[in-house]
Amino acid sequence: MIKPELICPAGTPAALRSAVDAGADAVYCGFQNATNARNFTGLNFTVPELEKSVAYAHERGTKVLITLNTFPPAGKFDLWKEAVDNCARLGVDAIIVADIAVAHYAKTHHPDLRIHLSVQAAASSPEAITYYVKEFGVKRIVLPRIMTVSEIRGLVEEIPCEVETFIFGNHGLMVEGRCSLTNYATGLSTNMDGACSPAACVKYERDEQDNMSTKLCDYTIDRFGPDETAGYPTICKGRYKCDARDGGYYAFEEPISLNASDMLPELINAGVHAFKIEGRQRSRAYVKKVVAAFREAVDSIMAGDEPKLADLVALTEGQKQTEGALKTKKWR
Amino acid sequence: MTTAPHSSRAAGGSGGFPFLPPLPLFLLNPILKRVVHKIAADNPDMFDRLGQHRHAYFLIDPVDVPLMLYLRPDPEALDFRAINRRNPPPHIARISGKFLDLLTLMDTEQDGDALFFSRDLIVTGDTEAVVCLRNALDDVEDPIAESVADMFGAPGRMALNTLRRMAENAQKRKEAK
Repeated sequence: MIKPELICPAGTPAALRSAVDAGADAVYCGFQNATNARNFTGLNFTVPELEKSVAYAHERGTKVLITLNTFPPAGKFDLWKEAVDNCARLGVDAIIVADIAVAHYAKTHHPDLRIHLSVQAAASSPEAITYYVKEFGVKRIVLPRIMTVSEIRGLVEEIPCEVETFIFGNHGLMVEGRCSLTNYATGLSTNMDGACSPAACVKYERDEQDNMSTKLCDYTIDRFGPDETAGYPTICKGRYKCDARDGGYYAFEEPISLNASDMLPELINAGVHAFKIEGRQRSRAYVKKVVAAFREAVDSIMAGDEPKLADLVALTEGQKQTEGALKTKKWR
Repeated sequence: MTTAPHSSRAAGGSGGFPFLPPLPLFLLNPILKRVVHKIAADNPDMFDRLGQHRHAYFLIDPVDVPLMLYLRPDPEALDFRAINRRNPPPHIARISGKFLDLLTLMDTEQDGDALFFSRDLIVTGDTEAVVCLRNALDDVEDPIAESVADMFGAPGRMALNTLRRMAENAQKRKEAK
């Protein structure tokens, strides 16, 4: 049985240190630019910050993985080349890429730099994954959140690389790396600018009855009653009026988080090599609590004990959680 | 600036936070000034995360105490003071929540998104400015609440520990509901 690595998020150097101290096997993070699909203002790492953070992590035996998981628009490839070069120079443990040109550049210019294929590449078939492995030397695939455990087990047996699955955090089942909804509403692309629902486009408005409306640019995407929990201001998780339903309807996704804590033994038995926690945009309090909880859970399973997991529902979006497609394809 | 009402569930209908003495502004503000200058001096890099928003004024509204806090996180012109609840001055964004929730945010024990999901934290105005402020404060090495307590020696640390216990108990009560 493989002991899966715990791959943990960090949006700031302080969050990275929190993840390392809480027991992360690897921390993933990104630069303060469009090479990174969490390109939010005030978040992420400068090159000097990353250099110090890599040293901090490596001194404690933790790996650092860098997300270069966006798609360079034509004529703007230099930013991605520079990012790959910096990653190689700083000695990061792997880059996580989505675009084949970025993968090709890394393979040809830095053949020793380990490449993981981002979930943004949306590769889930043995044929697609094998292509990336053969052509670009990809060592690990981060699977889209659309597969059941039994599908993952079947896939692991067919592909020549490691598999990483999400186990906690933001849950979106859109075709990953292909979402254009935020682009439609804001003019910025998740896939190329790295900005889904940029904060500059988000407004919260409250009325006298304590109802809260969430607006993304000109669109009201949800309205929460006084006693309702709220979700992220992402258009895919908006509640809309449509002819097919009475009242507001979550037409695409719901404000809910993935929590696969009860499925960890099954995922380990399926041969998954790494568990990913989502949440680079979250605080270090989140990082500390979630990483510590999953560290304990994985360690207790590997020791043959009953998995222990703290209740994390308070940290989930809308304070709701699901095992999503891991459990059943019937989810939504 | 927003004028959205702040009557709110974040206040939870509470009749006020009993721990804080009604310190007059002329005594409180020199202390706040000292606090913000110390945090800024110890963490000069934090301002980079604020970008253009470092010049903005933020209103921090602990809904269960009689005062609000007014902050301009500009290293060239730092301003942090308590103000009267009536007629708040112009601000780019307002962050409202119970005193203990805001304290645990500053103590890096509470996640701001989680408080937002549960509607215990209310943000109005410029969301980007608030997100930048949150990220800047979250990247400060030592928890701000701890640094502030340390400035006041043993009594400061004792007060923080008391507040932490109160926050923990409040959290337990909330989870038990």
